[in-house]
Amino acid sequence: MPTTEGWWPLVFGRLSFDALPFYSAIATGAASLVVIGAVVVIGLLTWLGRWTWLWREWLTSLDHKKIGIMYVIIAMVMLARAVIEGSLMRAQQAMAFDNPGFLPPEHFAQLFSTHGSIMVFFMAMPFLTGIINFALPLQIGARDVSFPLLNSMSLWLTAGGAGLMMASLVLGKFSTGGWTGYPPYTDAVFNPGVGPDYWIFAVTLGSLASTMTGINIAVTIYKKRCRGMNPFRMPLFCWTSLCTSVLMIFAMPPLTVATALLALDRYVGTHFFTNDGGGNMMNFANLFWLFGHPEVYILILPAFGVYSQVISNFSAKILYGYDSLIIATMCIAVMSFTVWVHHFFTMGQSANLNAVFGIATMAIGIPTGVKIFDWILTMAWGRVRFTVPMLYALAFMVLFVVGGLTGILLANPAVDFQVHNTVFLVAHFHNMLIPGLLYGMIAAYTYWFPKAFGFRLDEWWGRVAFGCWVTGFCLAFLPLYPLGLMGMPRRTQEFFEPDYLPFTIVAGIGALFLLSALTSLVIQLVVSIRRRATLAVPGGDPWDGRTLEWGIPCPAPEYNFAVLPVATSRDTFLAAKEDGTAYAPRRAYHDIELPRNSMTGVVFGLALAAAAFGLVWYMWWLAALGVLVAIGAVVARSFVLDTMRIIPAAEVRRQDEAWLAQVRRLPAADRDHETTPRNQGIAEAPAP
Amino acid sequence: MTAVDHHRHPGINLGHTDPDTHEQAEETLFGFWIFLMSDLVLFALLFATYASMMGSTDGGPGPRDVLELSSSALETGVLLFSSLTMGMASLAMKYKEPPARLQMWLVATLILGLVFLWLGGSEFVKMASEGASAQRSGWTSALHALLGTHWLHVAAGCVWLILSILQVAIFGPQSPVKLRLMRLALFWHLLDIVWIFIFSVVYLGGLA
Repeated sequence: MPTTEGWWPLVFGRLSFDALPFYSAIATGAASLVVIGAVVVIGLLTWLGRWTWLWREWLTSLDHKKIGIMYVIIAMVMLARAVIEGSLMRAQQAMAFDNPGFLPPEHFAQLFSTHGSIMVFFMAMPFLTGIINFALPLQIGARDVSFPLLNSMSLWLTAGGAGLMMASLVLGKFSTGGWTGYPPYTDAVFNPGVGPDYWIFAVTLGSLASTMTGINIAVTIYKKRCRGMNPFRMPLFCWTSLCTSVLMIFAMPPLTVATALLALDRYVGTHFFTNDGGGNMMNFANLFWLFGHPEVYILILPAFGVYSQVISNFSAKILYGYDSLIIATMCIAVMSFTVWVHHFFTMGQSANLNAVFGIATMAIGIPTGVKIFDWILTMAWGRVRFTVPMLYALAFMVLFVVGGLTGILLANPAVDFQVHNTVFLVAHFHNMLIPGLLYGMIAAYTYWFPKAFGFRLDEWWGRVAFGCWVTGFCLAFLPLYPLGLMGMPRRTQEFFEPDYLPFTIVAGIGALFLLSALTSLVIQLVVSIRRRATLAVPGGDPWDGRTLEWGIPCPAPEYNFAVLPVATSRDTFLAAKEDGTAYAPRRAYHDIELPRNSMTGVVFGLALAAAAFGLVWYMWWLAALGVLVAIGAVVARSFVLDTMRIIPAAEVRRQDEAWLAQVRRLPAADRDHETTPRNQGIAEAPAP
Repeated sequence: MTAVDHHRHPGINLGHTDPDTHEQAEETLFGFWIFLMSDLVLFALLFATYASMMGSTDGGPGPRDVLELSSSALETGVLLFSSLTMGMASLAMKYKEPPARLQMWLVATLILGLVFLWLGGSEFVKMASEGASAQRSGWTSALHALLGTHWLHVAAGCVWLILSILQVAIFGPQSPVKLRLMRLALFWHLLDIVWIFIFSVVYLGGLA
């Protein structure tokens, strides 16, 4: 049995057999699932002999598309975990009237902390980062992002943070301090365990990764646009990605500062946020929400971009109010930095300050409203096709407005005092983030999936998933509005007010729909992979697309464009289809230079994750080793000069001419048949 | 060549002396400027934290008890002078002076950087011995966080300088090495600017 004496703490720090999750059957089960899942994946890879393939083709790849896909995979795995956790909480509350239920209070507190942290940092952020990574360079006619290696390092930092979250399920208990980790509750005095440390370091890894991603994406947009792609010809998704990355660049450092200072308080005994010694916990609230409020716009803006593409595409119309959408996006990005105090209206500042921040908050509704009208007018007099991404866009427009209106309510400090810390708030932010972010990301996943893998996703299961997500959201979260008005506090493990019960039961049923939605997504993927031959769209243009990414094969070749395109208008590819030049033979091919694979990103990210794990458990040798290895990897890389490889022009010509020949053989499908096997990625020529 | 001339990346332009590197610098240095802006946000928040904790001394020592103008003036001089030597290194690189000249300026910068680290380090030790360690109060925590973050940045810059000196020796004036030196120079000058703010806010402000 390990003790606190002898060699054990030198090697394992405070890690002992007590860290295993035998305190609750559910925790044991969840931990076993993680371990079994990892063992199965490792076993499967070994059995199929796929390790080398995985390492060469994926893990060390610097291809922005593969990095994007890996981000989305991380996001989906974490989505599964966090949806299950959310459902457990709804189930607990559905039976918690005068009844301790099946989740002990401390476990319940861990669940809402991991659920929130995962959904924000390891579902939403990787999802949108992955989608931007995949689609943005294609949309601006680039071959890659500006800094491919930095991109890989960001990916692996995110993976490391996600891995730390998974480790927290198996070893030790996670924080019970919510996803915001407010001190002094999370200070060492009140919370000496490993939980807050897990939270601090997982979040910090994610935050550093996002800062780097923001820099990378912004520079890519500024410097890598193809000829003719002036800023006001960029697809709107590029604009929202740009604003998101600017927000990442400026909003992630406050989070890094907040978590770093909290770590100092916990590890070396400083007094930034402590109760005693002159600490000031309001500084944490300010630092955290200086990040946290822009963060919600980091989350929502890419989805706004996706909806803009989807609505224009499936209404077969140019985006209405393009310039006003850009201006609205910029306004939102700037204003997002001016409203953070609304997260703590009730924490003692003056009424005047609250009024200023309340008005600033309400003002964000104006540009957002502009956007909604632009999307509606894009659909107006168009020929709307109700494909899966479009369905998500429609549901978003209705539900997001409801969420926005409740946001206006909350922005009024007087109302906020009333519903502060109730489930009204839980309803509000889920109302923004599920129809806003999650639907947008699933729409993007459905929309660009063929470009990544060469075949469409099964339409029927996509609709089932859509139905379940919408029904599930409405049932699980709309009842929380009345519940909040009735005064039910958030994060409640057990309650004694009978009037709450009907609503919590409805919400519990909603959670079942959300679980079904998750299951439907999995089934959709499996079904689509099995039917990939019928769903294949080698022509490259399954949705009668308008922007550059649809003018290349599905799946996209590693160099994206055999010949770099020239943008002629906002919908360049559509224009090319109209004048018959979309698949014209190219004049000349050139050698293409692409970055070689590199293991630097993998080593860097995983070494820092190991260092974080060492810090959590006081395994100082591991912490030091991890940091040294991470620095060493970067230093070693700086001595490598031969980082690029050439794809010869002849090879590019061979591949591209083969594809162009195939395109000429493929039958065109009109848009009424885009969800049938007739759609092989060639849109019917528009009527003259 | 003429197309390149129309662009101006921030920092020292190589358009006339080395067009190829100049063109790569467009993107690389632009990215680094953005990183620096992000890094400045970090410092800005540490300044804000420091300002908000000015009075939080918890009965312990305050600015007048632990801060000294003379030692900080010396640190300021050393750091400013190192910016000059770094600038000379940049010019040596731009005008293709003999590698030994470039090396000499880099070594000079490194020595000044190390002197700064030593001065700052002994200041931390002295503060700890006077009961003003980071753990003493909210104010000392904020002070140490601000000074310590700047100190760590300078330390990182010194490691980078050592690597650069090695790489100039091994690879000579190749583009990747030049681009790294240009970024290092920006980084180094930024630390100087941050220090000016520290000197003004912490030392002059605290002792005024």
